[in-house]
Amino acid sequence: MSGVRLLVGTRKGAFVLTSDGTRRQWKVSGPHFAGWELYHLKGSPADPNRLYASQSSGWFGQLIQRSDDGGETWTAMNNAFMYDGTPGTHQWYDGTPHPWEFKRVWHLEPSRTDPDVVYAGVEDAALFRTTNGAQSWEELPGLRAHGSGPHWQPGAGGLCLHTIILDPSSRGRMYVAISAAGAFRSDDTGVTWTAINRGLKSQGIPDPDAEVGHCVHHIAMHPARPDVLFMQKHWDVMRTQDGGDSWHEVSGNLPTDFGFVIDVHAHEPDTIYVVPITSDSHHFPPDGRLRVYRSRTGGGEWEPLTAGLPQENCYVNVLRDAMSVDALDRCGIYFGTTGGQVYASADAGDSWTAIVRDLPPVLSIEAQTLG
Amino acid sequence: MTVRIELPVHLRTLAGAGREIAVTVERDAEGSVSLAAVLDALESRYPVLRGTIRDHGTLRRRPFIRFFACEQDLSHASPDDPLPDAVARGDEPLLVIGAMAGG
Repeated sequence: MSGVRLLVGTRKGAFVLTSDGTRRQWKVSGPHFAGWELYHLKGSPADPNRLYASQSSGWFGQLIQRSDDGGETWTAMNNAFMYDGTPGTHQWYDGTPHPWEFKRVWHLEPSRTDPDVVYAGVEDAALFRTTNGAQSWEELPGLRAHGSGPHWQPGAGGLCLHTIILDPSSRGRMYVAISAAGAFRSDDTGVTWTAINRGLKSQGIPDPDAEVGHCVHHIAMHPARPDVLFMQKHWDVMRTQDGGDSWHEVSGNLPTDFGFVIDVHAHEPDTIYVVPITSDSHHFPPDGRLRVYRSRTGGGEWEPLTAGLPQENCYVNVLRDAMSVDALDRCGIYFGTTGGQVYASADAGDSWTAIVRDLPPVLSIEAQTLG
Repeated sequence: MTVRIELPVHLRTLAGAGREIAVTVERDAEGSVSLAAVLDALESRYPVLRGTIRDHGTLRRRPFIRFFACEQDLSHASPDDPLPDAVARGDEPLLVIGAMAGG
Protein backbone atom coordinates (compact mmCIF):
# COMPACT_ATOMS: atom_id res chain seq x y z
CA MET A 1 0.00 0.00 0.00
CA SER A 2 1.58 3.24 -1.07
CA GLY A 3 1.37 6.36 0.98
CA VAL A 4 2.89 9.70 1.76
CA ARG A 5 4.48 11.05 4.92
CA LEU A 6 5.00 14.79 5.24
CA LEU A 7 7.62 16.03 7.66
CA VAL A 8 6.63 19.56 8.63
CA GLY A 9 8.95 21.87 10.52
CA THR A 10 7.41 24.90 12.20
CA ARG A 11 8.34 27.73 14.54
CA LYS A 12 6.91 25.79 17.48
CA GLY A 13 7.54 22.14 16.79
CA ALA A 14 7.41 19.38 14.20
CA PHE A 15 4.38 17.67 12.76
CA VAL A 16 4.15 14.41 10.83
CA LEU A 17 1.23 14.13 8.42
CA THR A 18 0.47 10.76 6.85
CA SER A 19 -1.93 9.53 4.22
CA ASP A 20 -2.48 6.59 1.97
CA GLY A 21 -1.94 6.88 -1.76
CA THR A 22 -5.25 8.59 -2.36
CA ARG A 23 -4.01 11.56 -0.29
CA ARG A 24 -7.56 12.40 0.75
CA GLN A 25 -7.45 11.74 4.50
CA TRP A 26 -4.51 12.79 6.61
CA LYS A 27 -3.46 11.80 10.09
CA VAL A 28 -1.70 14.56 12.01
CA SER A 29 0.91 13.74 14.63
CA GLY A 30 2.54 16.42 16.77
CA PRO A 31 3.71 18.76 17.91
CA HIS A 32 6.99 16.93 18.39
CA PHE A 33 9.58 18.99 20.29
CA ALA A 34 6.84 21.48 21.17
CA GLY A 35 8.03 25.03 21.59
CA TRP A 36 11.24 24.58 19.61
CA GLU A 37 11.96 25.78 16.10
CA LEU A 38 12.21 22.92 13.64
CA TYR A 39 13.98 24.38 10.65
CA HIS A 40 14.11 21.11 8.74
CA LEU A 41 13.36 17.40 8.91
CA LYS A 42 14.25 14.89 6.24
CA GLY A 43 14.18 11.14 5.76
CA SER A 44 16.92 8.98 4.34
CA PRO A 45 16.20 7.85 0.76
CA ALA A 46 18.08 4.64 1.65
CA ASP A 47 15.93 3.94 4.72
CA PRO A 48 12.69 5.94 4.85
CA ASN A 49 12.18 5.23 8.54
CA ARG A 50 15.48 6.94 9.36
CA LEU A 51 14.59 10.58 9.92
CA TYR A 52 16.73 13.51 10.97
CA ALA A 53 15.44 16.75 12.47
CA SER A 54 17.06 20.09 13.19
CA GLN A 55 15.66 21.41 16.48
CA SER A 56 16.81 24.81 17.68
CA SER A 57 16.06 27.68 19.98
CA GLY A 58 17.47 31.13 20.49
CA TRP A 59 17.75 30.27 24.17
CA PHE A 60 19.06 26.72 24.15
CA GLY A 61 20.88 26.38 20.83
CA GLN A 62 20.95 23.50 18.41
CA LEU A 63 19.86 19.90 18.80
CA ILE A 64 19.79 17.13 16.23
CA GLN A 65 17.12 14.48 16.60
CA ARG A 66 17.08 11.11 14.89
CA SER A 67 14.27 8.63 14.49
CA ASP A 68 14.71 5.04 13.36
CA ASP A 69 11.00 4.28 13.25
CA GLY A 70 9.51 6.86 10.95
CA GLY A 71 8.99 9.49 13.62
CA GLU A 72 7.34 7.41 16.34
CA THR A 73 10.29 7.89 18.69
CA TRP A 74 13.29 10.21 18.59
CA THR A 75 16.76 10.31 20.08
CA ALA A 76 18.83 13.45 20.61
CA MET A 77 22.14 13.03 18.81
CA ASN A 78 25.42 14.92 18.84
CA ASN A 79 24.87 18.65 18.56
CA ALA A 80 28.45 19.93 18.44
CA PHE A 81 29.03 21.85 15.21
CA MET A 82 32.57 23.16 15.53
CA TYR A 83 34.09 25.10 12.66
CA ASP A 84 37.36 23.71 11.39
CA GLY A 85 40.32 25.81 12.52
CA THR A 86 40.01 29.54 13.06
CA PRO A 87 36.75 30.54 11.41
CA GLY A 88 37.76 34.04 10.29
CA THR A 89 35.26 36.69 9.22
CA HIS A 90 32.50 37.27 6.69
CA GLN A 91 30.81 40.58 5.90
CA TRP A 92 28.23 41.97 8.26
CA TYR A 93 25.14 43.75 6.90
CA ASP A 94 27.06 47.03 6.72
CA GLY A 95 30.04 45.48 4.94
CA THR A 96 32.31 45.35 7.98
CA PRO A 97 34.08 42.11 8.92
CA HIS A 98 32.16 39.90 11.35
CA PRO A 99 33.39 36.69 12.96
CA TRP A 100 31.88 33.41 11.90
CA GLU A 101 29.52 32.17 14.65
CA PHE A 102 27.46 29.00 14.60
CA LYS A 103 23.75 29.66 15.13
CA ARG A 104 21.65 26.79 13.76
CA VAL A 105 21.22 24.05 11.19
CA TRP A 106 18.99 25.16 8.34
CA HIS A 107 18.96 22.05 6.19
CA LEU A 108 19.72 18.35 6.54
CA GLU A 109 20.41 16.32 3.41
CA PRO A 110 20.77 12.57 3.93
CA SER A 111 22.84 10.58 1.46
CA ARG A 112 20.91 8.81 -1.24
CA THR A 113 22.65 5.52 -0.45
CA ASP A 114 23.77 5.47 3.18
CA PRO A 115 21.37 6.32 6.01
CA ASP A 116 24.27 7.16 8.33
CA VAL A 117 25.63 9.88 6.05
CA VAL A 118 23.99 13.29 6.29
CA TYR A 119 25.06 16.75 5.19
CA ALA A 120 24.06 19.76 7.29
CA GLY A 121 23.89 23.33 6.04
CA VAL A 122 24.32 25.79 8.86
CA GLU A 123 24.27 29.47 9.81
CA ASP A 124 26.80 31.12 9.74
CA ALA A 125 27.23 29.44 6.40
CA ALA A 126 29.20 26.22 6.36
CA LEU A 127 28.72 22.60 5.41
CA PHE A 128 29.01 19.78 7.92
CA ARG A 129 28.77 16.02 7.48
CA THR A 130 28.18 13.03 9.67
CA THR A 131 29.13 9.54 8.57
CA ASN A 132 27.84 7.77 11.68
CA GLY A 133 24.18 8.67 11.90
CA ALA A 134 24.72 12.01 13.68
CA GLN A 135 26.91 10.67 16.46
CA SER A 136 29.47 13.27 15.42
CA TRP A 137 29.78 16.08 12.88
CA GLU A 138 32.76 17.45 10.98
CA GLU A 139 32.95 20.52 8.82
CA LEU A 140 33.87 20.23 5.17
CA PRO A 141 36.08 23.31 5.35
CA GLY A 142 36.85 23.59 1.66
CA LEU A 143 33.67 25.56 1.13
CA ARG A 144 34.54 28.38 3.49
CA ALA A 145 38.12 28.12 2.25
CA HIS A 146 36.92 28.80 -1.28
CA GLY A 147 38.50 32.22 -0.89
CA SER A 148 35.36 34.27 -1.25
CA GLY A 149 34.17 33.68 2.33
CA PRO A 150 35.24 37.11 3.61
CA HIS A 151 32.85 38.61 1.01
CA TRP A 152 29.77 36.57 1.95
CA GLN A 153 27.11 38.58 3.73
CA PRO A 154 23.93 37.63 5.58
CA GLY A 155 20.51 37.89 4.00
CA ALA A 156 17.55 38.94 6.11
CA GLY A 157 17.42 35.46 7.65
CA GLY A 158 21.13 35.36 8.40
CA LEU A 159 24.17 33.99 6.57
CA CYS A 160 22.68 30.59 5.99
CA LEU A 161 23.56 27.56 3.91
CA HIS A 162 20.02 26.47 3.11
CA THR A 163 20.18 24.25 0.04
CA ILE A 164 22.13 21.02 -0.47
CA ILE A 165 21.64 18.93 -3.61
CA LEU A 166 23.39 15.61 -4.15
CA ASP A 167 23.78 14.70 -7.82
CA PRO A 168 22.50 11.11 -8.22
CA SER A 169 24.46 10.54 -11.40
CA SER A 170 27.82 11.32 -9.87
CA ARG A 171 28.67 10.34 -6.33
CA GLY A 172 31.11 13.21 -6.06
CA ARG A 173 29.03 16.09 -7.39
CA MET A 174 26.99 18.24 -5.08
CA TYR A 175 25.60 21.75 -4.96
CA VAL A 176 24.93 24.17 -2.12
CA ALA A 177 23.37 27.61 -1.97
CA ILE A 178 24.00 30.36 0.54
CA SER A 179 22.17 33.58 1.33
CA ALA A 180 23.78 35.89 0.45
CA ALA A 181 26.77 34.40 -1.28
CA GLY A 182 25.33 32.35 -4.13
CA ALA A 183 25.59 28.83 -5.48
CA PHE A 184 28.61 26.55 -5.28
CA ARG A 185 29.46 23.18 -6.82
CA SER A 186 31.80 20.46 -5.71
CA ASP A 187 32.93 17.54 -7.86
CA ASP A 188 34.85 15.77 -5.12
CA THR A 189 32.21 15.17 -2.42
CA GLY A 190 32.64 18.53 -0.81
CA VAL A 191 36.40 18.79 -0.58
CA THR A 192 36.81 21.68 -3.02
CA TRP A 193 34.25 24.11 -4.38
CA THR A 194 33.60 26.38 -7.33
CA ALA A 195 31.30 29.40 -7.27
CA ILE A 196 28.68 28.94 -10.00
CA ASN A 197 26.97 32.29 -10.27
CA ARG A 198 27.71 33.40 -13.84
CA GLY A 199 24.57 34.96 -15.26
CA LEU A 200 23.11 36.04 -11.94
CA LYS A 201 22.50 39.76 -11.54
CA SER A 202 21.68 41.25 -8.16
CA GLN A 203 20.99 44.73 -6.95
CA GLY A 204 22.23 45.53 -3.48
CA ILE A 205 25.82 44.52 -4.12
CA PRO A 206 28.41 46.85 -5.60
CA ASP A 207 29.00 44.73 -8.72
CA PRO A 208 25.63 43.31 -9.86
CA ASP A 209 27.24 40.29 -11.55
CA ALA A 210 29.98 39.63 -9.02
CA GLU A 211 31.30 36.11 -8.50
CA VAL A 212 29.66 35.98 -5.02
CA GLY A 213 27.21 38.04 -2.99
CA HIS A 214 23.98 36.87 -4.61
CA CYS A 215 20.98 36.08 -2.46
CA VAL A 216 19.97 32.69 -3.81
CA HIS A 217 16.77 31.59 -2.11
CA HIS A 218 16.48 28.00 -3.28
CA ILE A 219 17.60 25.58 -6.00
CA ALA A 220 15.85 22.46 -7.30
CA MET A 221 16.93 19.62 -9.57
CA HIS A 222 15.20 16.67 -11.20
CA PRO A 223 17.27 13.55 -10.53
CA ALA A 224 16.87 12.30 -14.10
CA ARG A 225 18.48 15.45 -15.50
CA PRO A 226 21.06 16.54 -12.96
CA ASP A 227 22.81 19.17 -15.12
CA VAL A 228 19.62 21.24 -15.22
CA LEU A 229 19.03 23.30 -12.10
CA PHE A 230 16.28 25.77 -11.35
CA MET A 231 16.84 28.68 -8.99
CA GLN A 232 14.54 31.08 -7.18
CA LYS A 233 16.76 34.03 -6.42
CA HIS A 234 15.92 37.03 -4.25
CA TRP A 235 14.60 38.43 -7.51
CA ASP A 236 14.60 36.37 -10.73
CA VAL A 237 13.87 32.74 -11.51
CA MET A 238 16.90 31.23 -13.19
CA ARG A 239 17.87 28.05 -15.02
CA THR A 240 21.14 26.39 -15.92
CA GLN A 241 21.69 23.66 -18.50
CA ASP A 242 25.30 22.99 -17.61
CA GLY A 243 25.48 22.25 -13.91
CA GLY A 244 25.70 25.90 -12.97
CA ASP A 245 28.45 27.03 -15.33
CA SER A 246 26.01 29.62 -16.65
CA TRP A 247 22.50 30.73 -15.73
CA HIS A 248 19.76 32.43 -17.70
CA GLU A 249 16.56 33.99 -16.53
CA VAL A 250 13.25 32.15 -16.99
CA SER A 251 10.95 34.48 -15.05
CA GLY A 252 8.89 35.00 -18.20
CA ASN A 253 5.31 36.04 -17.48
CA LEU A 254 5.36 35.62 -13.71
CA PRO A 255 3.51 38.45 -11.94
CA THR A 256 6.63 38.99 -9.84
CA ASP A 257 9.86 37.03 -9.88
CA PHE A 258 10.53 37.46 -6.17
CA GLY A 259 9.88 34.37 -4.06
CA PHE A 260 11.45 31.66 -1.98
CA VAL A 261 10.39 28.15 -3.04
CA ILE A 262 11.00 26.33 -6.28
CA ASP A 263 10.48 22.64 -7.01
CA VAL A 264 10.31 20.17 -9.87
CA HIS A 265 7.57 17.67 -10.75
CA ALA A 266 8.61 14.12 -9.78
CA HIS A 267 8.11 12.70 -13.27
CA GLU A 268 8.34 15.68 -15.64
CA PRO A 269 11.77 17.34 -15.48
CA ASP A 270 10.50 20.43 -17.30
CA THR A 271 7.52 21.02 -15.02
CA ILE A 272 8.44 23.40 -12.23
CA TYR A 273 6.63 25.30 -9.52
CA VAL A 274 7.14 28.62 -7.76
CA VAL A 275 5.04 30.78 -5.45
CA PRO A 276 5.50 34.44 -6.46
CA ILE A 277 5.80 36.84 -3.55
CA THR A 278 5.21 40.55 -4.05
CA SER A 279 8.67 41.90 -3.23
CA ASP A 280 11.54 41.87 -0.78
CA SER A 281 9.70 44.44 1.33
CA HIS A 282 6.24 42.85 0.95
CA HIS A 283 6.57 39.20 1.88
CA PHE A 284 3.07 38.17 0.82
CA PRO A 285 1.44 37.17 -2.46
CA PRO A 286 0.53 39.87 -4.99
CA ASP A 287 -2.98 41.27 -4.53
CA GLY A 288 -3.63 39.02 -1.53
CA ARG A 289 -4.08 36.03 -3.88
CA LEU A 290 -2.16 32.86 -3.10
CA ARG A 291 -1.15 31.40 -6.45
CA VAL A 292 1.27 28.64 -7.31
CA TYR A 293 2.73 29.12 -10.78
CA ARG A 294 3.57 26.12 -12.90
CA SER A 295 5.72 26.04 -15.98
CA ARG A 296 5.63 22.97 -18.22
CA THR A 297 8.44 24.34 -20.35
CA GLY A 298 11.18 24.54 -17.78
CA GLY A 299 10.43 28.19 -17.14
CA GLY A 300 9.58 31.15 -19.33
CA GLU A 301 5.89 30.35 -19.73
CA TRP A 302 3.92 30.13 -16.52
CA GLU A 303 0.31 29.41 -15.59
CA PRO A 304 -1.34 30.32 -12.29
CA LEU A 305 -2.80 27.48 -10.21
CA THR A 306 -5.55 28.77 -7.94
CA ALA A 307 -8.18 26.06 -7.44
CA GLY A 308 -8.60 25.61 -3.70
CA LEU A 309 -6.19 28.39 -2.76
CA PRO A 310 -7.39 31.66 -1.16
CA GLN A 311 -7.86 34.35 -3.78
CA GLU A 312 -8.52 37.28 -1.51
CA ASN A 313 -7.16 38.65 1.75
CA CYS A 314 -4.25 36.22 1.88
CA TYR A 315 -1.03 37.70 3.23
CA VAL A 316 1.09 34.70 4.12
CA ASN A 317 4.56 33.81 2.90
CA VAL A 318 5.96 30.48 1.71
CA LEU A 319 9.52 29.99 2.94
CA ARG A 320 12.36 28.47 0.95
CA ASP A 321 12.22 24.87 2.22
CA ALA A 322 8.44 24.75 2.53
CA MET A 323 7.56 23.02 -0.76
CA SER A 324 8.00 19.38 -1.66
CA VAL A 325 6.75 16.78 -4.10
CA ASP A 326 5.90 13.11 -3.75
CA ALA A 327 6.69 10.45 -6.35
CA LEU A 328 3.34 8.72 -6.68
CA ASP A 329 2.08 8.13 -10.22
CA ARG A 330 0.10 11.35 -10.11
CA CYS A 331 2.67 13.66 -8.59
CA GLY A 332 1.64 15.30 -5.34
CA ILE A 333 2.77 18.84 -4.49
CA TYR A 334 2.80 20.26 -0.98
CA PHE A 335 3.61 23.62 0.53
CA GLY A 336 3.29 25.28 3.91
CA THR A 337 2.74 28.91 4.78
CA THR A 338 3.74 31.29 7.50
CA GLY A 339 0.03 31.30 8.38
CA GLY A 340 0.23 27.65 9.40
CA GLN A 341 -1.59 26.11 6.46
CA VAL A 342 -0.28 23.07 4.64
CA TYR A 343 -1.75 22.80 1.16
CA ALA A 344 -1.68 19.59 -0.85
CA SER A 345 -2.36 18.85 -4.47
CA ALA A 346 -2.76 15.23 -5.54
CA ASP A 347 -3.02 16.21 -9.20
CA ALA A 348 0.25 17.99 -9.92
CA GLY A 349 -1.10 21.38 -8.89
CA ASP A 350 -4.43 21.46 -10.72
CA SER A 351 -6.35 21.63 -7.43
CA TRP A 352 -5.41 22.19 -3.82
CA THR A 353 -6.75 21.32 -0.38
CA ALA A 354 -5.58 22.52 3.01
CA ILE A 355 -4.57 19.45 5.03
CA VAL A 356 -4.22 21.59 8.16
CA ARG A 357 -4.91 25.28 8.60
CA ASP A 358 -3.70 26.35 12.00
CA LEU A 359 -0.19 25.10 12.63
CA PRO A 360 2.54 27.50 13.78
CA PRO A 361 4.35 29.24 10.91
CA VAL A 362 5.67 26.53 8.59
CA LEU A 363 9.42 26.55 8.00
CA SER A 364 9.86 23.40 5.94
CA ILE A 365 8.11 20.46 4.35
CA GLU A 366 9.55 17.23 3.07
CA ALA A 367 7.39 14.60 1.39
CA GLN A 368 8.32 10.96 1.69
CA THR A 369 6.76 8.51 -0.73
CA LEU A 370 6.24 5.25 1.09
CA GLY A 371 6.20 1.99 -0.84
CA MET B 1 27.77 17.67 48.26
CA THR B 2 24.34 17.50 46.71
CA VAL B 3 23.43 20.59 44.74
CA ARG B 4 19.86 21.24 43.62
CA ILE B 5 19.25 22.66 40.15
CA GLU B 6 16.06 23.96 38.59
CA LEU B 7 15.96 23.97 34.79
CA PRO B 8 13.71 25.79 32.32
CA VAL B 9 10.81 23.66 31.17
CA HIS B 10 12.27 22.96 27.70
CA LEU B 11 15.47 21.60 29.21
CA ARG B 12 13.55 19.54 31.76
CA THR B 13 11.64 17.96 28.89
CA LEU B 14 14.82 17.39 26.95
CA ALA B 15 16.53 15.76 29.90
CA GLY B 16 13.44 13.81 30.91
CA ALA B 17 13.83 15.26 34.38
CA GLY B 18 11.51 16.71 36.96
CA ARG B 19 11.32 20.27 38.20
CA GLU B 20 14.40 19.88 40.32
CA ILE B 21 17.56 17.87 39.71
CA ALA B 22 20.06 16.91 42.41
CA VAL B 23 23.67 16.37 41.39
CA THR B 24 26.64 15.38 43.48
CA VAL B 25 29.58 17.78 43.33
CA GLU B 26 32.86 17.54 45.20
CA ARG B 27 34.00 20.62 47.08
CA ASP B 28 37.30 22.01 45.82
CA ALA B 29 40.45 22.46 47.92
CA GLU B 30 39.04 25.63 49.46
CA GLY B 31 35.85 23.86 50.40
CA SER B 32 33.82 25.66 47.70
CA VAL B 33 31.59 24.54 44.88
CA SER B 34 31.79 26.49 41.61
CA LEU B 35 29.15 27.01 38.94
CA ALA B 36 31.45 25.29 36.43
CA ALA B 37 31.67 22.20 38.63
CA VAL B 38 27.89 22.06 39.01
CA LEU B 39 27.34 22.39 35.26
CA ASP B 40 29.99 19.76 34.60
CA ALA B 41 28.14 17.40 36.91
CA LEU B 42 24.79 18.26 35.34
CA GLU B 43 26.06 17.65 31.80
CA SER B 44 27.78 14.47 32.86
CA ARG B 45 24.51 13.10 34.20
CA TYR B 46 22.46 14.46 31.29
CA PRO B 47 24.73 14.57 28.19
CA VAL B 48 21.81 15.78 26.09
CA LEU B 49 22.13 19.14 27.85
CA ARG B 50 25.61 19.73 26.43
CA GLY B 51 25.50 22.81 24.24
CA THR B 52 22.14 24.01 25.54
CA ILE B 53 23.34 25.99 28.58
CA ARG B 54 26.98 26.53 27.64
CA ASP B 55 28.45 26.64 24.16
CA HIS B 56 30.42 23.64 23.00
CA GLY B 57 34.14 24.20 23.10
CA THR B 58 34.29 27.56 24.85
CA LEU B 59 31.89 26.53 27.64
CA ARG B 60 30.67 30.11 27.69
CA ARG B 61 27.15 30.73 28.99
CA ARG B 62 24.73 30.97 26.08
CA PRO B 63 23.56 34.55 25.62
CA PHE B 64 19.93 33.96 26.64
CA ILE B 65 20.73 31.87 29.71
CA ARG B 66 21.00 33.30 33.20
CA PHE B 67 21.92 31.83 36.57
CA PHE B 68 20.16 32.95 39.73
CA ALA B 69 20.50 31.74 43.32
CA CYS B 70 19.70 33.12 46.74
CA GLU B 71 18.04 36.12 45.08
CA GLN B 72 21.31 37.00 43.34
CA ASP B 73 22.12 37.16 39.63
CA LEU B 74 25.21 34.99 39.16
CA SER B 75 25.13 35.18 35.35
CA HIS B 76 28.12 37.48 35.05
CA ALA B 77 30.28 36.01 37.77
CA SER B 78 33.22 33.86 36.77
CA PRO B 79 32.10 30.24 36.44
CA ASP B 80 35.02 29.34 38.69
CA ASP B 81 33.83 31.58 41.54
CA PRO B 82 32.34 29.82 44.56
CA LEU B 83 28.57 29.50 44.58
CA PRO B 84 26.78 30.76 47.70
CA ASP B 85 27.22 28.32 50.55
CA ALA B 86 23.47 27.76 50.75
CA VAL B 87 23.60 26.39 47.19
CA ALA B 88 26.65 24.26 47.91
CA ARG B 89 24.89 22.80 50.98
CA GLY B 90 21.75 22.10 48.98
CA ASP B 91 19.64 24.46 51.04
CA GLU B 92 18.88 26.67 48.05
CA PRO B 93 18.61 25.66 44.37
CA LEU B 94 20.65 27.00 41.51
CA LEU B 95 18.15 28.40 39.03
CA VAL B 96 19.00 28.07 35.34
CA ILE B 97 16.77 30.59 33.61
CA GLY B 98 15.86 31.23 30.00
CA ALA B 99 16.09 35.00 29.65
CA MET B 100 12.80 36.83 29.50
CA ALA B 101 12.66 37.65 25.79
CA GLY B 102 10.31 37.16 22.90
CA GLY B 103 6.66 36.33 23.34
